[in-house]
Amino acid sequence: MLDNTTMTMLFEGTIDTLYMTFVSTIFAYIFAFPIGIALVVTKKDGLRPMGLFNKILDVTVNMGRSIPFLILLIAVIPLTKLIAGKSYGSTATIVPLVIAATPFIARLIESSLQEVDNGVIEAAQSMGASLSTIVFKVLVPEAKTSLIVGGTIAIGTILGYSAMAGVVGGGGLGDIAIQYGYYRYQKEIMLITVILLVILVQILQSIGMKIARKTDKRVI
Amino acid sequence: MGTTPLIKLVDLEKKYISQNNAVTALSGINLDIIKGDIFGIIGMSGAGKSTLVRCINFLEKPTGGTVIIGNKDLSLLSDKELRNVRQDIGMIFQQFNLLMQRNVEDNICFPLEISGMSKSEGKNRASELLELVGLSDKIKSYPSQLSGGQKQRVAIARALATNPDILLCDEATSALDPTTTRSILGLLKDINKKLGITIIIITHEMAVVEEICNQVAIIDNGRLAETGKVEEVFSKPKTDAAKKLVYHSSNAVNEMTGKRCIRIVFDGKSSFEPVIANMVLECRAQVNILFADTRDINGQAFGQMVLQLPEDEIISDKIIHYLKSKNVNVEELVDYVG
Ligand SMILES: Nc1ncnc2c1ncn2[C@@H]1O[C@H](COP(=O)(O)OP(=O)(O)OP(=O)(O)O)[C@@H](O)[C@H]1O
Ligand SMILES: [Mg+2]
Repeated sequence: MLDNTTMTMLFEGTIDTLYMTFVSTIFAYIFAFPIGIALVVTKKDGLRPMGLFNKILDVTVNMGRSIPFLILLIAVIPLTKLIAGKSYGSTATIVPLVIAATPFIARLIESSLQEVDNGVIEAAQSMGASLSTIVFKVLVPEAKTSLIVGGTIAIGTILGYSAMAGVVGGGGLGDIAIQYGYYRYQKEIMLITVILLVILVQILQSIGMKIARKTDKRVI
Repeated sequence: MGTTPLIKLVDLEKKYISQNNAVTALSGINLDIIKGDIFGIIGMSGAGKSTLVRCINFLEKPTGGTVIIGNKDLSLLSDKELRNVRQDIGMIFQQFNLLMQRNVEDNICFPLEISGMSKSEGKNRASELLELVGLSDKIKSYPSQLSGGQKQRVAIARALATNPDILLCDEATSALDPTTTRSILGLLKDINKKLGITIIIITHEMAVVEEICNQVAIIDNGRLAETGKVEEVFSKPKTDAAKKLVYHSSNAVNEMTGKRCIRIVFDGKSSFEPVIANMVLECRAQVNILFADTRDINGQAFGQMVLQLPEDEIISDKIIHYLKSKNVNVEELVDYVG
């Protein structure tokens, strides 16, 4: 049953899945980074306390996180059409993926930055460091390991979401699993796509953890 | 010294106000610190020492009074001006606070990056400073590869990188063992001599102040109890807070029979004479040494001892008389034991 066309299809599905996952992760990080930093910096005991702004941002992020992905996927179809020109296929799926992942990643970034020792921040302040110096030369580099671990978690989660998008013709391995496993009742192909997804998550996870460990100067 | 103070604290006050209570961490602090001094600030835990030192570089904004550095009133400065002033005030901490993801060289370069120095100049300066603190061989090491003493040396090098006029030390030796403490204090003394930098040392250990400070301020419960030359404050403490620190009264012993105790202070030469031994021989009396602490402060033999006298009043008076005749500073302590 694993004829050439099936093989090609599975191969292309894997590439599509990786494409959606990576592109979505990159865009989500572009949006989430400033949000994560703002969440930390404007906290009550942060470097630039801004109570109301922080509260609004906090609630917004929570709302974004609490919408189930499948509902979001359908709810943003008009926006997806506007941006990608259509609502199905892997490129279109990037839109809901980015929207779903951004608040989640913002929280990951927030928690990583908060792990940085207060004493180190204080030392930088005592040297006359400005806010941007503290953020970009102290907070982010010192939180590097935790940020990379967070990135690994984010990629795994986004990959899972991308498979879910198969329900609405999102492309990639998830789409194949739904098409063949659910509609055509070819359980073997569904099984193979699931195994492929598991393997992808495993590989990404171990690469991420390895990078995190290799670049961490606290343990040598 | 007739010079104008480098640091002047006037009526400094710091209150921490939270929703349901207010803590007055500091109040009515007036202090002048002269350029080139090694100034100790000592007090019990919670006395307000850290708060005080953090007010000096405005890491903590005082709620009252003024901090004047050189001729600048810090409360009148803009954020940017304040950051510039901070570049002239180095600070080291109990927990070192090095950047863990940067190596030694890059840690020292960090304040230089802030001051806008070029990378290559920064590297030159870093190696100069590492030589000063005796760590040239660790230039590419990461903080996690260093011992506590070495980390503090890096922190000192980093604090000195921008050639500050003032170095603030908040319990800089409290996480170190006695030998390492001595070597770090030695380094600070050295730096003070070589660079003429004014050093402010916060500590809860008398020994640290005795070892390197020339001036000391004792703070107690957020207030300045006493201030002056180390020799003077430690040999003739006037306030209860100072006496408590100097006499270690919390260690007073209870199970002795005699009630009268005296404290004797040696200045300079007298500590080299066997005064106590001679006194025992002369008066044929036994005394109990409750506390003894003699050492070398700023090249002067200096020390103190607390003696418990025999119950016999006549012999006790004889002992006191003998010591006074030898020009020893004798002071009777009330309720030291009992
Ligand atoms: N951020 C803060 N909020 C509320 N109270 C504070 C704060 N920082 C310090 N305090 C209080 O101010 C007082 C002085 O604290 P400080 O840290 O200056 O003491 P310290 O002399 O440095 O003590 P230690 O030797 O234990 O370090 C304490 O009562 C402390 O509880
Ligand atoms: Mg303290």
